[in-house]
Amino acid sequence: MKARYKVAGMTSVLLSLAFCLLWSTGSVSAAAEGKITGTVKLDGAAPHMKGIDMSKDPYCVKQHENSPAHLENVIVGPGGGLQNVVLYISDGLSGAEASQVPSQEPVFDQKNCMYTPHVLAMNVNQKFKVNTSDQTTHNIHPLPNALAGNIPWNKSQPPGAPPIETSWKTEEVAIPVKCNIHPWMHGYFVVVKGPYATTDEKGSYTIANLPPGSFTVTAWHEEYGTQTQKVTVAAGKAGTADFTFKAK
Amino acid sequence: MRTNIREWSLLASAVVLLVSPCVCRAQITEYQQHQWLRMESHIGNLTGHARAAEMDYRRYCVGCHGELGDGNGENAPWVDPKPRDFELAIFKCRSTPTGTLPTDEDLFNSIARGLDRSNMPQWSTFTKQMRADLVAWVKHFSPRWQTEKPGTPIQIPPEPEVTADRIKDGQAVFQKVECWKCHGVTGKANGPSAATLTDDQNRPISAYDFTEGARPKCGDTDQDLYRIFMTGLDGTPMPSFADNIKPDEAWDLVFYLRTLEPQKSKEKEIAKQLGLKPVAPSTAPAAAPPQ
Repeated sequence: MKARYKVAGMTSVLLSLAFCLLWSTGSVSAAAEGKITGTVKLDGAAPHMKGIDMSKDPYCVKQHENSPAHLENVIVGPGGGLQNVVLYISDGLSGAEASQVPSQEPVFDQKNCMYTPHVLAMNVNQKFKVNTSDQTTHNIHPLPNALAGNIPWNKSQPPGAPPIETSWKTEEVAIPVKCNIHPWMHGYFVVVKGPYATTDEKGSYTIANLPPGSFTVTAWHEEYGTQTQKVTVAAGKAGTADFTFKAK
Repeated sequence: MRTNIREWSLLASAVVLLVSPCVCRAQITEYQQHQWLRMESHIGNLTGHARAAEMDYRRYCVGCHGELGDGNGENAPWVDPKPRDFELAIFKCRSTPTGTLPTDEDLFNSIARGLDRSNMPQWSTFTKQMRADLVAWVKHFSPRWQTEKPGTPIQIPPEPEVTADRIKDGQAVFQKVECWKCHGVTGKANGPSAATLTDDQNRPISAYDFTEGARPKCGDTDQDLYRIFMTGLDGTPMPSFADNIKPDEAWDLVFYLRTLEPQKSKEKEIAKQLGLKPVAPSTAPAAAPPQ
Protein backbone atom coordinates (compact mmCIF):
# COMPACT_ATOMS: atom_id res chain seq x y z
CA MET A 1 0.00 0.00 0.00
CA LYS A 2 2.70 2.42 1.02
CA ALA A 3 4.83 1.52 -1.98
CA ARG A 4 1.96 2.26 -4.28
CA TYR A 5 1.61 5.76 -2.82
CA LYS A 6 5.31 6.28 -3.30
CA VAL A 7 5.14 5.30 -6.96
CA ALA A 8 2.12 7.50 -7.49
CA GLY A 9 3.89 10.38 -5.75
CA MET A 10 7.05 9.97 -7.80
CA THR A 11 5.21 9.80 -11.08
CA SER A 12 3.18 12.89 -10.29
CA VAL A 13 6.34 14.78 -9.38
CA LEU A 14 8.03 13.64 -12.56
CA LEU A 15 4.99 14.47 -14.63
CA SER A 16 4.67 17.94 -13.19
CA LEU A 17 8.38 18.51 -13.75
CA ALA A 18 8.03 17.44 -17.35
CA PHE A 19 5.06 19.75 -17.76
CA CYS A 20 7.02 22.62 -16.29
CA LEU A 21 9.89 21.95 -18.69
CA LEU A 22 7.57 21.71 -21.66
CA TRP A 23 5.75 24.85 -20.65
CA SER A 24 8.88 26.88 -20.07
CA THR A 25 10.61 25.82 -23.30
CA GLY A 26 7.33 26.43 -25.11
CA SER A 27 7.08 29.95 -23.80
CA VAL A 28 10.74 30.65 -24.62
CA SER A 29 10.42 29.52 -28.23
CA ALA A 30 7.21 31.51 -28.64
CA ALA A 31 8.77 34.51 -26.87
CA ALA A 32 10.83 35.58 -29.86
CA GLU A 33 7.93 35.52 -32.28
CA GLY A 34 5.01 37.54 -31.02
CA LYS A 35 4.83 41.29 -31.48
CA ILE A 36 2.56 44.29 -31.27
CA THR A 37 2.61 46.86 -34.02
CA GLY A 38 0.72 50.03 -34.61
CA THR A 39 0.76 53.74 -35.30
CA VAL A 40 0.42 56.67 -32.97
CA LYS A 41 -1.21 59.77 -34.38
CA LEU A 42 -1.94 63.26 -33.27
CA ASP A 43 -5.51 64.41 -33.83
CA GLY A 44 -5.59 68.13 -34.55
CA ALA A 45 -3.05 70.75 -35.51
CA ALA A 46 0.47 70.18 -34.25
CA PRO A 47 1.58 73.00 -31.95
CA HIS A 48 4.20 75.37 -33.31
CA MET A 49 7.69 74.37 -32.21
CA LYS A 50 9.64 77.52 -31.39
CA GLY A 51 13.00 78.15 -32.92
CA ILE A 52 15.90 77.91 -30.49
CA ASP A 53 18.16 80.87 -29.77
CA MET A 54 21.59 79.30 -29.40
CA SER A 55 23.51 82.59 -29.38
CA LYS A 56 24.99 81.74 -25.96
CA ASP A 57 27.28 79.34 -27.72
CA PRO A 58 28.72 80.23 -31.16
CA TYR A 59 29.64 76.58 -31.74
CA CYS A 60 25.97 75.58 -31.47
CA VAL A 61 24.88 78.43 -33.75
CA LYS A 62 27.36 77.29 -36.38
CA GLN A 63 26.01 73.71 -36.36
CA HIS A 64 22.57 75.01 -37.30
CA GLU A 65 23.60 77.61 -39.92
CA ASN A 66 21.70 75.78 -42.65
CA SER A 67 19.00 74.05 -40.63
CA PRO A 68 17.53 76.19 -37.85
CA ALA A 69 16.95 74.27 -34.62
CA HIS A 70 13.47 73.94 -33.17
CA LEU A 71 12.13 72.53 -29.94
CA GLU A 72 11.29 68.83 -30.21
CA ASN A 73 8.49 68.41 -27.67
CA VAL A 74 5.96 67.50 -30.38
CA ILE A 75 7.17 66.14 -33.71
CA VAL A 76 4.42 65.22 -36.15
CA GLY A 77 5.19 63.57 -39.48
CA PRO A 78 3.14 63.61 -42.69
CA GLY A 79 -0.21 61.94 -42.04
CA GLY A 80 -0.23 62.97 -38.39
CA GLY A 81 2.22 60.33 -37.12
CA LEU A 82 3.50 61.31 -33.68
CA GLN A 83 7.21 60.71 -33.10
CA ASN A 84 8.97 59.95 -29.80
CA VAL A 85 6.08 58.10 -28.20
CA VAL A 86 7.33 55.26 -26.01
CA LEU A 87 5.22 52.08 -25.96
CA TYR A 88 5.70 49.41 -23.36
CA ILE A 89 3.89 46.49 -21.75
CA SER A 90 2.48 47.75 -18.47
CA ASP A 91 0.63 44.52 -17.66
CA GLY A 92 0.56 40.87 -18.76
CA LEU A 93 4.22 39.88 -18.65
CA SER A 94 5.45 37.30 -16.15
CA GLY A 95 8.10 38.39 -13.67
CA ALA A 96 10.80 36.55 -15.62
CA GLU A 97 9.70 38.03 -18.94
CA ALA A 98 9.58 41.54 -17.52
CA SER A 99 13.04 41.32 -15.99
CA GLN A 100 14.83 40.22 -19.17
CA VAL A 101 17.32 42.93 -20.08
CA PRO A 102 18.68 43.32 -23.62
CA SER A 103 22.48 43.30 -23.83
CA GLN A 104 22.44 45.97 -26.54
CA GLU A 105 23.30 49.44 -25.17
CA PRO A 106 21.19 52.35 -26.42
CA VAL A 107 23.08 55.60 -27.00
CA PHE A 108 21.99 59.09 -25.99
CA ASP A 109 24.09 61.48 -28.03
CA GLN A 110 24.74 65.18 -27.58
CA LYS A 111 24.97 66.34 -31.17
CA ASN A 112 24.76 69.86 -32.56
CA CYS A 113 23.73 70.99 -29.06
CA MET A 114 20.61 68.83 -29.17
CA TYR A 115 19.82 65.40 -27.71
CA THR A 116 19.71 62.54 -30.21
CA PRO A 117 17.31 60.90 -29.69
CA HIS A 118 15.15 63.42 -27.85
CA VAL A 119 13.53 60.52 -25.95
CA LEU A 120 15.50 57.38 -25.11
CA ALA A 121 13.66 54.30 -23.84
CA MET A 122 15.43 51.52 -21.99
CA ASN A 123 14.88 48.72 -19.50
CA VAL A 124 15.56 48.77 -15.80
CA ASN A 125 19.23 47.78 -15.35
CA GLN A 126 19.91 48.02 -19.09
CA LYS A 127 23.27 49.69 -19.67
CA PHE A 128 23.14 52.77 -21.87
CA LYS A 129 25.71 55.28 -23.04
CA VAL A 130 25.71 59.06 -22.91
CA ASN A 131 27.94 60.27 -25.71
CA THR A 132 29.06 63.67 -26.91
CA SER A 133 29.75 64.41 -30.57
CA ASP A 134 30.09 68.14 -29.95
CA GLN A 135 33.12 70.41 -29.77
CA THR A 136 31.65 72.29 -26.84
CA THR A 137 31.28 71.30 -23.18
CA HIS A 138 27.96 69.87 -22.02
CA ASN A 139 26.83 68.83 -18.59
CA ILE A 140 24.46 65.91 -18.52
CA HIS A 141 22.00 66.26 -15.68
CA PRO A 142 19.20 63.66 -15.36
CA LEU A 143 16.54 64.54 -12.78
CA PRO A 144 14.74 61.39 -11.61
CA ASN A 145 12.64 61.28 -8.46
CA ALA A 146 15.21 60.37 -5.80
CA LEU A 147 12.53 58.94 -3.53
CA ALA A 148 11.35 56.47 -6.17
CA GLY A 149 14.73 54.76 -6.41
CA ASN A 150 16.67 56.46 -9.22
CA ILE A 151 19.14 59.08 -8.02
CA PRO A 152 19.89 62.33 -9.89
CA TRP A 153 23.48 63.00 -10.96
CA ASN A 154 25.29 65.71 -12.89
CA LYS A 155 28.44 65.16 -14.94
CA SER A 156 30.46 67.32 -17.27
CA GLN A 157 31.34 66.13 -20.78
CA PRO A 158 33.90 68.35 -22.48
CA PRO A 159 34.73 67.78 -26.18
CA GLY A 160 36.27 64.37 -26.76
CA ALA A 161 35.21 63.03 -23.36
CA PRO A 162 34.60 59.28 -23.29
CA PRO A 163 30.95 58.12 -23.15
CA ILE A 164 29.34 57.74 -19.73
CA GLU A 165 28.04 54.18 -19.31
CA THR A 166 25.35 53.74 -16.70
CA SER A 167 21.86 52.34 -16.00
CA TRP A 168 18.74 53.03 -13.91
CA LYS A 169 17.62 50.94 -10.95
CA THR A 170 13.83 51.22 -11.15
CA GLU A 171 11.01 51.92 -13.60
CA GLU A 172 10.38 55.61 -14.17
CA VAL A 173 8.26 57.21 -16.87
CA ALA A 174 9.94 59.54 -17.48
CA ILE A 175 13.22 61.01 -16.23
CA PRO A 176 13.83 64.56 -17.53
CA VAL A 177 17.41 65.24 -18.56
CA LYS A 178 18.91 68.66 -19.15
CA CYS A 179 22.10 70.56 -19.83
CA ASN A 180 22.54 73.60 -17.59
CA ILE A 181 25.06 75.18 -19.95
CA HIS A 182 22.64 75.03 -22.89
CA PRO A 183 19.22 75.54 -21.27
CA TRP A 184 17.29 74.58 -24.40
CA MET A 185 18.72 71.05 -24.26
CA HIS A 186 15.99 68.96 -22.79
CA GLY A 187 15.10 65.29 -23.23
CA TYR A 188 13.83 62.19 -21.46
CA PHE A 189 14.94 58.76 -20.36
CA VAL A 190 12.00 56.36 -20.21
CA VAL A 191 12.81 53.40 -17.97
CA VAL A 192 10.44 50.43 -18.28
CA LYS A 193 10.32 46.69 -17.76
CA GLY A 194 9.97 44.22 -20.63
CA PRO A 195 9.91 44.80 -24.40
CA TYR A 196 9.36 48.39 -25.52
CA ALA A 197 9.41 50.53 -28.66
CA THR A 198 9.59 54.19 -29.65
CA THR A 199 7.62 55.63 -32.57
CA ASP A 200 9.54 56.72 -35.67
CA GLU A 201 8.90 59.84 -37.79
CA LYS A 202 5.76 58.19 -39.24
CA GLY A 203 4.44 57.40 -35.78
CA SER A 204 4.87 53.64 -36.33
CA TYR A 205 6.23 51.19 -33.82
CA THR A 206 6.80 47.47 -33.26
CA ILE A 207 7.19 45.91 -29.85
CA ALA A 208 8.99 42.62 -30.63
CA ASN A 209 9.93 39.53 -28.63
CA LEU A 210 6.53 38.98 -27.02
CA PRO A 211 5.18 35.63 -25.81
CA PRO A 212 1.55 34.84 -26.62
CA GLY A 213 -0.88 36.37 -24.15
CA SER A 214 -3.04 39.34 -23.25
CA PHE A 215 -1.21 42.56 -22.57
CA THR A 216 -1.85 46.12 -21.62
CA VAL A 217 0.15 48.44 -23.83
CA THR A 218 0.89 51.91 -22.51
CA ALA A 219 1.80 54.75 -24.84
CA TRP A 220 3.61 57.70 -23.26
CA HIS A 221 4.26 61.10 -24.80
CA GLU A 222 5.97 63.96 -22.99
CA GLU A 223 3.25 66.52 -23.80
CA TYR A 224 0.14 64.34 -24.07
CA GLY A 225 0.63 61.90 -21.20
CA THR A 226 -0.32 58.24 -21.33
CA GLN A 227 -2.95 56.03 -22.95
CA THR A 228 -3.45 52.30 -22.57
CA GLN A 229 -4.98 49.54 -24.68
CA LYS A 230 -5.51 45.83 -24.17
CA VAL A 231 -4.02 43.67 -26.90
CA THR A 232 -4.01 39.91 -27.38
CA VAL A 233 -1.05 38.32 -29.09
CA ALA A 234 -1.52 34.81 -30.50
CA ALA A 235 1.52 32.54 -30.62
CA GLY A 236 3.96 33.87 -33.16
CA LYS A 237 1.53 36.46 -34.52
CA ALA A 238 1.32 40.23 -34.37
CA GLY A 239 -1.29 42.10 -32.37
CA THR A 240 -2.14 45.68 -33.29
CA ALA A 241 -2.74 48.75 -31.20
CA ASP A 242 -3.14 52.19 -32.76
CA PHE A 243 -3.27 55.23 -30.53
CA THR A 244 -4.51 58.75 -31.12
CA PHE A 245 -3.58 61.66 -28.90
CA LYS A 246 -5.68 64.80 -29.05
CA ALA A 247 -3.81 68.02 -29.73
CA LYS A 248 -4.25 70.49 -26.88
CA MET B 1 -24.18 28.37 8.06
CA ARG B 2 -24.18 29.81 4.61
CA THR B 3 -25.48 33.21 5.76
CA ASN B 4 -22.82 33.13 8.41
CA ILE B 5 -20.05 32.86 5.82
CA ARG B 6 -21.64 35.58 3.77
CA GLU B 7 -21.83 37.87 6.76
CA TRP B 8 -18.26 37.21 7.68
CA SER B 9 -16.97 37.85 4.20
CA LEU B 10 -19.01 41.05 4.05
CA LEU B 11 -17.59 42.18 7.36
CA ALA B 12 -14.07 41.26 6.30
CA SER B 13 -14.31 43.17 3.03
CA ALA B 14 -15.78 46.15 4.86
CA VAL B 15 -12.83 46.13 7.21
CA VAL B 16 -10.38 45.89 4.31
CA LEU B 17 -12.14 48.74 2.53
CA LEU B 18 -12.05 50.91 5.61
CA VAL B 19 -8.49 50.18 6.56
CA SER B 20 -6.80 50.24 3.16
CA PRO B 21 -7.02 54.02 2.55
CA CYS B 22 -5.49 54.64 5.97
CA VAL B 23 -2.61 52.30 5.17
CA CYS B 24 -2.09 53.95 1.81
CA ARG B 25 -2.17 57.43 3.24
CA ALA B 26 0.45 56.75 5.88
CA GLN B 27 3.60 56.99 3.78
CA ILE B 28 5.58 55.03 6.31
CA THR B 29 4.43 52.53 8.87
CA GLU B 30 4.85 53.07 12.56
CA TYR B 31 7.39 50.28 12.63
CA GLN B 32 9.46 52.03 9.96
CA GLN B 33 9.26 55.28 11.86
CA HIS B 34 10.59 53.58 14.96
CA GLN B 35 13.40 52.08 12.92
CA TRP B 36 14.24 55.47 11.45
CA LEU B 37 14.26 57.14 14.82
CA ARG B 38 16.99 54.71 15.79
CA MET B 39 19.23 56.27 13.12
CA GLU B 40 22.82 56.79 14.19
CA SER B 41 25.71 58.78 12.82
CA HIS B 42 29.39 57.92 13.18
CA ILE B 43 32.01 60.64 13.00
CA GLY B 44 35.41 59.41 14.11
CA ASN B 45 34.75 57.87 17.50
CA LEU B 46 31.62 59.97 18.07
CA THR B 47 28.23 58.30 17.77
CA GLY B 48 25.21 60.50 17.17
CA HIS B 49 21.66 59.41 18.03
CA ALA B 50 18.70 60.82 16.12
CA ARG B 51 16.35 60.93 19.12
CA ALA B 52 18.82 63.00 21.13
CA ALA B 53 18.65 65.78 18.53
CA GLU B 54 14.89 66.18 18.42
CA MET B 55 14.74 69.22 20.71
CA ASP B 56 17.77 70.90 19.12
CA TYR B 57 16.23 70.45 15.69
CA ARG B 58 12.96 71.99 16.92
CA ARG B 59 14.84 74.90 18.39
CA TYR B 60 17.42 75.72 15.73
CA CYS B 61 16.53 74.07 12.43
CA VAL B 62 12.78 73.64 12.09
CA GLY B 63 12.16 77.28 11.09
CA CYS B 64 13.74 76.71 7.69
CA HIS B 65 13.98 72.95 7.20
CA GLY B 66 10.48 72.27 8.53
CA GLU B 67 8.85 69.75 10.82
CA LEU B 68 9.08 67.04 8.16
CA GLY B 69 12.60 67.97 7.09
CA ASP B 70 11.31 68.74 3.60
CA GLY B 71 12.75 72.26 3.52
CA ASN B 72 9.30 73.83 3.89
CA GLY B 73 9.70 75.54 7.24
CA GLU B 74 7.83 78.79 7.87
CA ASN B 75 10.85 80.90 6.83
CA ALA B 76 11.42 78.95 3.64
CA PRO B 77 9.40 81.22 1.31
CA TRP B 78 11.70 84.14 2.18
CA VAL B 79 14.95 82.23 1.97
CA ASP B 80 17.13 81.91 -1.11
CA PRO B 81 18.85 79.55 -1.79
CA LYS B 82 16.06 77.33 -0.46
CA PRO B 83 16.66 75.16 2.63
CA ARG B 84 17.70 71.57 1.87
CA ASP B 85 14.98 68.97 1.55
CA PHE B 86 16.30 66.24 3.84
CA GLU B 87 13.77 63.77 2.49
CA LEU B 88 15.42 63.83 -0.94
CA ALA B 89 18.86 63.71 0.72
CA ILE B 90 20.51 65.56 -2.17
CA PHE B 91 23.36 67.64 -0.75
CA LYS B 92 25.76 70.14 -2.28
CA CYS B 93 28.74 69.61 -0.01
CA ARG B 94 29.97 66.04 -0.24
CA SER B 95 33.24 64.21 -0.37
CA THR B 96 31.43 61.48 -2.36
CA PRO B 97 30.79 61.21 -6.13
CA THR B 98 27.80 62.85 -7.80
CA GLY B 99 24.56 60.88 -7.32
CA THR B 100 25.60 59.35 -4.00
CA LEU B 101 24.77 60.07 -0.37
CA PRO B 102 27.27 62.17 1.59
CA THR B 103 29.22 60.71 4.50
CA ASP B 104 28.20 61.50 8.08
CA GLU B 105 31.32 63.59 8.33
CA ASP B 106 30.28 65.69 5.31
CA LEU B 107 27.00 66.61 7.03
CA PHE B 108 28.79 67.15 10.34
CA ASN B 109 31.17 69.60 8.65
CA SER B 110 28.35 71.43 6.83
CA ILE B 111 26.55 72.11 10.13
CA ALA B 112 29.64 73.73 11.67
CA ARG B 113 30.83 75.50 8.53
CA GLY B 114 27.46 76.83 7.47
CA LEU B 115 26.86 77.72 3.85
CA ASP B 116 28.10 81.19 2.90
CA ARG B 117 25.77 83.42 0.92
CA SER B 118 22.80 81.37 2.10
CA ASN B 119 20.70 81.52 5.25
CA MET B 120 22.50 78.53 6.74
CA PRO B 121 24.68 79.98 9.52
CA GLN B 122 27.73 78.44 11.13
CA TRP B 123 26.52 76.39 14.08
CA SER B 124 29.99 76.49 15.56
CA THR B 125 28.65 76.97 19.09
CA PHE B 126 27.16 73.47 19.05
CA THR B 127 29.13 70.77 20.80
CA LYS B 128 30.45 67.99 18.62
CA GLN B 129 27.94 65.62 20.22
CA MET B 130 25.05 67.95 19.35
CA ARG B 131 26.21 68.09 15.75
CA ALA B 132 26.63 64.33 15.56
CA ASP B 133 23.11 63.84 16.94
CA LEU B 134 21.73 66.36 14.45
CA VAL B 135 23.41 64.49 11.59
CA ALA B 136 21.55 61.34 12.67
CA TRP B 137 18.31 63.35 12.89
CA VAL B 138 18.83 64.83 9.42
CA LYS B 139 19.35 61.30 8.06
CA HIS B 140 16.22 59.94 9.72
CA PHE B 141 14.05 62.05 7.38
CA SER B 142 15.02 60.16 4.23
CA PRO B 143 14.24 56.56 3.32
CA ARG B 144 17.36 56.67 1.15
CA TRP B 145 19.58 55.98 4.16
CA GLN B 146 17.74 52.69 4.67
CA THR B 147 18.49 51.40 1.19
CA GLU B 148 21.67 53.18 0.07
CA LYS B 149 25.14 53.56 1.46
CA PRO B 150 27.12 56.81 1.24
CA GLY B 151 29.46 56.95 -1.75
CA THR B 152 33.17 56.28 -1.39
CA PRO B 153 34.92 59.62 -0.78
CA ILE B 154 37.04 60.76 -3.69
CA GLN B 155 40.79 60.47 -3.23
CA ILE B 156 42.66 63.76 -2.98
CA PRO B 157 46.39 63.33 -3.61
CA PRO B 158 48.83 65.42 -1.51
CA GLU B 159 48.93 69.04 -2.61
CA PRO B 160 51.93 69.78 -4.84
CA GLU B 161 54.04 72.96 -4.76
CA VAL B 162 52.57 75.95 -6.63
CA THR B 163 54.60 76.79 -9.73
CA ALA B 164 54.14 79.13 -12.68
CA ASP B 165 53.76 76.11 -14.96
CA ARG B 166 51.03 74.64 -12.80
CA ILE B 167 49.08 77.92 -12.89
CA LYS B 168 49.38 78.09 -16.68
CA ASP B 169 48.29 74.44 -16.94
CA GLY B 170 45.39 75.19 -14.59
CA GLN B 171 44.29 77.98 -16.90
CA ALA B 172 44.38 75.54 -19.81
CA VAL B 173 42.07 73.21 -17.86
CA PHE B 174 39.75 76.16 -17.07
CA GLN B 175 39.62 76.85 -20.80
CA LYS B 176 39.32 73.20 -21.89
CA VAL B 177 36.48 72.07 -19.64
CA GLU B 178 34.88 75.49 -20.13
CA CYS B 179 34.42 76.63 -16.53
CA TRP B 180 34.06 80.11 -18.05
CA LYS B 181 30.72 79.23 -19.66
CA CYS B 182 29.12 79.92 -16.27
CA HIS B 183 31.83 81.40 -14.07
CA GLY B 184 33.03 83.88 -16.73
CA VAL B 185 36.53 84.36 -18.16
CA THR B 186 37.61 86.42 -15.15
CA GLY B 187 35.64 84.32 -12.63
CA LYS B 188 33.00 87.01 -12.22
CA ALA B 189 30.09 84.59 -12.69
CA ASN B 190 29.10 86.34 -15.92
CA GLY B 191 29.72 83.61 -18.48
CA PRO B 192 27.31 83.20 -21.42
CA SER B 193 25.31 80.51 -19.58
CA ALA B 194 25.26 82.23 -16.17
CA ALA B 195 21.97 84.09 -16.60
CA THR B 196 19.82 81.04 -17.33
CA LEU B 197 21.07 78.67 -14.64
CA THR B 198 18.43 76.82 -12.62
CA ASP B 199 18.66 74.30 -9.80
CA ASP B 200 17.07 70.84 -9.73
CA GLN B 201 13.68 72.35 -8.81
CA ASN B 202 13.92 74.78 -11.73
CA ARG B 203 14.57 77.78 -9.49
CA PRO B 204 17.03 80.44 -10.70
CA ILE B 205 20.49 80.06 -9.21
CA SER B 206 23.71 81.98 -9.73
CA ALA B 207 27.19 80.70 -10.42
CA TYR B 208 29.93 81.30 -7.84
CA ASP B 209 31.68 84.66 -8.31
CA PHE B 210 35.39 84.17 -7.61
CA THR B 211 36.11 87.91 -7.72
CA GLU B 212 33.90 88.71 -4.72
CA GLY B 213 36.27 87.15 -2.24
CA ALA B 214 33.41 85.34 -0.50
CA ARG B 215 33.97 81.85 0.81
CA PRO B 216 32.74 79.07 -1.47
CA LYS B 217 29.70 77.30 0.00
CA CYS B 218 31.50 74.03 0.59
CA GLY B 219 34.64 75.42 2.22
CA ASP B 220 37.66 77.47 1.22
CA THR B 221 40.71 75.29 1.73
CA ASP B 222 42.56 74.09 -1.37
CA GLN B 223 41.20 70.61 -0.64
CA ASP B 224 37.65 71.98 -0.49
CA LEU B 225 38.04 73.63 -3.92
CA TYR B 226 39.46 70.39 -5.34
CA ARG B 227 36.49 68.47 -3.92
CA ILE B 228 33.88 70.95 -5.22
CA PHE B 229 34.61 70.44 -8.91
CA MET B 230 35.47 66.75 -8.65
CA THR B 231 32.23 65.79 -6.83
CA GLY B 232 29.95 68.47 -8.24
CA LEU B 233 27.38 70.26 -6.10
CA ASP B 234 24.34 67.97 -6.40
CA GLY B 235 21.03 69.76 -6.75
CA THR B 236 22.72 72.65 -8.60
CA PRO B 237 24.00 73.12 -12.17
CA MET B 238 27.59 72.49 -11.01
CA PRO B 239 28.52 69.08 -12.47
CA SER B 240 31.20 66.62 -11.46
CA PHE B 241 34.40 66.82 -13.50
CA ALA B 242 35.85 63.65 -12.00
CA ASP B 243 35.72 61.77 -15.33
CA ASN B 244 37.48 64.52 -17.23
CA ILE B 245 40.04 66.16 -14.98
CA LYS B 246 43.00 64.05 -13.82
CA PRO B 247 44.08 64.44 -10.18
CA ASP B 248 47.25 66.31 -11.15
CA GLU B 249 45.34 68.67 -13.44
CA ALA B 250 42.82 69.20 -10.66
CA TRP B 251 45.52 70.71 -8.47
CA ASP B 252 46.60 72.94 -11.36
CA LEU B 253 43.02 74.14 -11.65
CA VAL B 254 42.82 74.84 -7.89
CA PHE B 255 45.92 77.06 -8.19
CA TYR B 256 44.51 78.88 -11.20
CA LEU B 257 41.16 79.49 -9.44
CA ARG B 258 43.11 81.18 -6.62
CA THR B 259 44.43 83.75 -9.11
CA LEU B 260 40.83 84.86 -9.80
CA GLU B 261 40.19 85.73 -6.14
CA PRO B 262 40.83 89.23 -4.82
CA GLN B 263 42.74 87.93 -1.78
CA LYS B 264 46.54 88.11 -1.71
CA SER B 265 48.04 84.71 -2.41
CA LYS B 266 51.15 83.09 -3.77
CA GLU B 267 49.15 82.09 -6.84
CA LYS B 268 48.02 85.67 -7.48
CA GLU B 269 51.60 86.88 -7.11
CA ILE B 270 52.84 84.36 -9.68
CA ALA B 271 49.99 85.22 -12.06
CA LYS B 272 50.97 88.89 -11.82
CA GLN B 273 54.61 88.10 -12.59
CA LEU B 274 53.47 85.97 -15.55
CA GLY B 275 51.21 88.78 -16.77
CA LEU B 276 48.45 86.16 -17.04
CA LYS B 277 45.50 87.33 -19.15
CA PRO B 278 41.98 85.86 -18.82
CA VAL B 279 41.14 82.97 -21.13
CA ALA B 280 39.80 84.05 -24.51
CA PRO B 281 37.08 81.78 -25.86
CA SER B 282 38.07 81.36 -29.51
CA THR B 283 34.83 82.69 -30.97
CA ALA B 284 32.66 85.60 -29.98
CA PRO B 285 28.94 85.05 -29.35
CA ALA B 286 26.92 85.59 -32.52
CA ALA B 287 23.73 87.62 -32.84
CA ALA B 288 20.52 85.89 -31.80
CA PRO B 289 18.71 84.20 -34.71
CA PRO B 290 15.08 85.17 -35.33
CA GLN B 291 12.54 83.16 -33.31
